[in-house]
Amino acid sequence: MATEYASSGEYIKHHLQNLTYGQHADGTWGFAHGAAEAKAMGFWAINVDSMAFAIGLGILFLFLFRMAAKKATAGVPSGLQNFVEWIVEFVDGSVRGSFSHQNALVAPLALTVFMWVFLMNLMDLFPVDWLPFVASASGLPHLKIVPSTDPNVTFGMSLSVFVLVLFYSVKMKGAGGFFSELAFQPFPKFLFPVNLLLEGVGLIAKPISLALRLFGNMYAGEMIFILIALMFGGNWLLAVFGGTLQWAWAVFHILIITLQAFIFMTLTIVYLDMAHAEHH
Amino acid sequence: MNFNATLIGQSITFIFFVWFCMKFVWPPIMNALDTRKKQIADGLAAADRGKHELELAARKAGDNMRDAKAQAAEVLAQAEKRAAQIIEEAKQAAKEEGDRQLAAAQANIEQEANRARESLREQVAALAVAGAEKILRREVNAQTHADLLSQLKAEL
Repeated sequence: MATEYASSGEYIKHHLQNLTYGQHADGTWGFAHGAAEAKAMGFWAINVDSMAFAIGLGILFLFLFRMAAKKATAGVPSGLQNFVEWIVEFVDGSVRGSFSHQNALVAPLALTVFMWVFLMNLMDLFPVDWLPFVASASGLPHLKIVPSTDPNVTFGMSLSVFVLVLFYSVKMKGAGGFFSELAFQPFPKFLFPVNLLLEGVGLIAKPISLALRLFGNMYAGEMIFILIALMFGGNWLLAVFGGTLQWAWAVFHILIITLQAFIFMTLTIVYLDMAHAEHH
Repeated sequence: MNFNATLIGQSITFIFFVWFCMKFVWPPIMNALDTRKKQIADGLAAADRGKHELELAARKAGDNMRDAKAQAAEVLAQAEKRAAQIIEEAKQAAKEEGDRQLAAAQANIEQEANRARESLREQVAALAVAGAEKILRREVNAQTHADLLSQLKAEL
């Protein structure tokens, strides 16, 4: 399918561009055609594909789990309930292992993070051309189906987690306690500017690393899928080789998407645990 | 990296999903899991209790059996004792009856003998008198010597 594009560079660029809706430079509203137009729309534009897939997958997750929750009984679980319970117990075990305080929010938060990120990552296993091809056939200029390759999505989650970290830090330790945690360690008190700088960087690094880790992994994985897909434009030998590669990379990717979802969940739990912990 | 309002949209969506999960998904599932955990624990405890009760019942049954056996043995011993006693009594009664009959027979014999002796004596007396009469044909008057004769008869 790469043959439809002028060059492989254009093919890659096209696949890495979100479907952005916003105000064009001339004042009209509509979808951006190309990265430059999307950038020109500024902050008040929205990546429709990221949002649609993220919301759709989130609703799929909640729908499945809500169905299981409604029918959940203490009797012998079957089918969906069994699967859901397996995941819930896994998440519950992770929370119990890493989070040593009382907070009813953390476990559902961890479950949402895990399942949502997992499902968003799972979209990466769709062959890169299928849905964009359908989209371009129906007139949409771009379509990126993996929401977690959009930094807006990963930062949206990590910043929300960060807000929770700040909230619980202040709630559990008080504003003064939180400040002293940032300012009066690891060095003695009179070095508090150094402490503040160190701890401040550490604090800010949390949401940034959380978001960039997921984004980076998924973006790189998607990029490799796109590069492999380029081979399908060559001769049949290259196409067969590409198909094999794509299969191998997809299998490997099953591990990565699960691992990234797990890491995002675990770090969310750990950060919230740190926010609750009193330093002495 | 091109940041735009998706960031905000994603945050709001995330918060909503977490809220929904916390409100409608997590509690019922955890509830079911906890209830099942409790049921299993109860079931295991009940099984343990049942096993214990079975053990107790078996022990009690054994005790009962032993008691019954002891009782049966006692009854048997008593019966044997009673049988021996009855036999003993029967023997005694038979012996007594025999003795009695023996005594009666002896008494009878005695009586018969006495009677025989008496009649013998009478006959001897009569013979003696007859003899004496023959010897003393003339001198002896039966009437006058009747008391002498009866005295003689008594002495025989």
